[in-house]
Amino acid sequence: MPTAVDIQGVSKRFRLYHQKYTSLKERVIHAGRTPYTDLWALRDIVFDVEEGDTVGILGRNGSGKSTLLKCICGVLQPTSGQVVVRGKLAGLLELGAGFQPDLTGRQNIYLNGSLLGLSKADIDRVFDEVVAFAELEQFIDQQVKFYSSGMYVRLGFAVAVNVDPDVLVIDEVLAVGDERFQRKCLDRVQQFQDQGRTIIFVSHSPDQVRAICDKAVVLSDGKMIGHGPPGEAVRVFRENLLEAGDVLARGMEVAATAAAAQPMAPVPADHLHPIRISGVSMSYPGSEQRPYVVTGEPLTIALQFEASEPTAASFVVELRDDKGGVLLRTVSGDLDAAADVVAGSGVVSFRYESVPFTDGAYDLSVGVEHRAGGELFDWKEAAARIEVMNPSKAVGLVALPVKVFVEQASGVVGR
Amino acid sequence: MALEAAAPSEEAGRVKATRVVSSHVSVSMRVVDIWRSRQLLWNLVSTEIRVKYKNSFLGLVWSLLAPAMALVVYAVVFGIALRNGYPEFVILLFSGLLAWNLFQTSVLTATGAIVNNAGLVKKVSFPREILALASVGSASVFFFFQACVMVLFLAGLQWRPAFGELWLIPVALVPLLVFCAAMAIFLAAVNVYLRDVQHLIEVVVGSAWFWACPIVYSYQHIVYPKLSEHHILWLYFLNPLNPIVMTFERVIYARTGLIHLTTAGHPLAQLLPGWSSWTYVEADAIVLAVSLVLFFGAMLVFGRLAGNFAEEL
Repeated sequence: MPTAVDIQGVSKRFRLYHQKYTSLKERVIHAGRTPYTDLWALRDIVFDVEEGDTVGILGRNGSGKSTLLKCICGVLQPTSGQVVVRGKLAGLLELGAGFQPDLTGRQNIYLNGSLLGLSKADIDRVFDEVVAFAELEQFIDQQVKFYSSGMYVRLGFAVAVNVDPDVLVIDEVLAVGDERFQRKCLDRVQQFQDQGRTIIFVSHSPDQVRAICDKAVVLSDGKMIGHGPPGEAVRVFRENLLEAGDVLARGMEVAATAAAAQPMAPVPADHLHPIRISGVSMSYPGSEQRPYVVTGEPLTIALQFEASEPTAASFVVELRDDKGGVLLRTVSGDLDAAADVVAGSGVVSFRYESVPFTDGAYDLSVGVEHRAGGELFDWKEAAARIEVMNPSKAVGLVALPVKVFVEQASGVVGR
Repeated sequence: MALEAAAPSEEAGRVKATRVVSSHVSVSMRVVDIWRSRQLLWNLVSTEIRVKYKNSFLGLVWSLLAPAMALVVYAVVFGIALRNGYPEFVILLFSGLLAWNLFQTSVLTATGAIVNNAGLVKKVSFPREILALASVGSASVFFFFQACVMVLFLAGLQWRPAFGELWLIPVALVPLLVFCAAMAIFLAAVNVYLRDVQHLIEVVVGSAWFWACPIVYSYQHIVYPKLSEHHILWLYFLNPLNPIVMTFERVIYARTGLIHLTTAGHPLAQLLPGWSSWTYVEADAIVLAVSLVLFFGAMLVFGRLAGNFAEEL
């Protein structure tokens, strides 16, 4: 496949001026000695996106995701390196950017279309489609300032996806409008993929990346720390999140010890994460003889943990299919299953009475978080793989126990 | 903006242009980009004009009222109060103001063009020069309206401009537009970093520069005798607007010979220089050459500064 977007060693430096001098007087007074710190928002990012691929960009807040996206769109220029884009690129950094409140919806479609590089004839051609997609037929000749915020973003999205781009760049804008419109947007994105167009999008949500993307890139502090299949990338991203938690906690620790004027001591890891998962095991009838579960059989998933102090813990079990879709997520805290653990090791078991899934291999991820939510103590992405074999002829994702009755005038026949 | 266009390649029936985003893109490439975005330029100009008078009852009339007011004030002050004695002074004034207003409107609106469109610059990628050029574009539209008013005005006064020299108007207009574009692009970029420029330019253009142009006074009558005496006439022509303003006056006011002033004793005086048409063409051509150099320089400065617009705003 030819390359659609080639990112060649892109770095971006922001100068953070401690004091911003924009008036002439201040510039003259402080000439040549404005204090600043250099912040490298991106460091030597190299990857390419093949035509037809959907690439997700994952990263924590401030990891450089949006900066990279802006460099790809051309809103920012990289300090060094360059981005080569083949084909027309439409960037959705903000929906409705460039709308003029005083103009009507119709006029704004033309203005926005030309901002995205369309000629008048092009816009004439897609105009009806844009209006229909945005569902604004009755309001199209009203001034945009009278639109509701939902109408506003709908129009913005409709213009952007109808400009017929080869490369679509989306910055967390899929969370717009009501659920139905979101669905519509995602369908449209899907349609784009089916047409073999290239999509680059930024998301905070690993689930979304897994569901939509062919590949993903993980950024951390402006550096690329992962690039590959989405499952792999999500694992790197999750690990990175955990490390970040470490750094944060360690920072606080250092501050505390500094206050006490003590030398910096290495912090025992288990102090930061009072509870860790040390192992996962699965058991089902016949687990000694065969490496797979049979549909309909009971399944027990056991998590071995080590706690260094009493913790209000909540254990999580997650099953995903190969496309990354979550089939199952069980959180012990939600079930009111008491899990106030004391220091020491232990085992928590999840017993499922019957495995409903049909043929396939599923990734099992496990974790432990604070019961009040928010804090993730430990997470093992794809800690194990469950193979399921379905003895019946049932097709579909799940096979539920079922009884079929046929009713006819002559009576009821049970089977 | 640093969007470089390279040779398009044909693939599966679709023409795909390659675009490079980097901090080093040549001026010629950016000019090509601007040319490609001409549709956007046109849309921005029409937006600016529509939005400006959307909710006002008199609409466009307001845009003509300000120049009309200036015209009346200068005509009263110089023609009646100070009695400069120029016959039909209001027409000399109008022809000079016509060219001047195009320059003033372009430059004043263009200076704030990037800053006032921060939302757009931060979120959408397009050649940013377009924003500055759109100011020149909308100023040109107002120029056109004013020109229409002037035609009516001249017809009402039954004034005969030099119809034979009418072709000199476009000859002067082209360098004027290039000069406006150069100033617009330069000032729009610099103003992002030094917001003082906005105020500075209001002062400089609004007062000093205006008086350095032969609009409310005559070049031949006032400036020429005084400066040529000291052999510093060239100093006056450091102002690139002067040949242009004088071309407009030559065509519209059209009284090139000695004429009687209306002051006591009706002395003979010459208000417009006795230059041939080709002297005007030459002068305007020099302005064009200078403006093109300035335009190139402005593009270089803009290119250097444009990379950080999204951060600075």
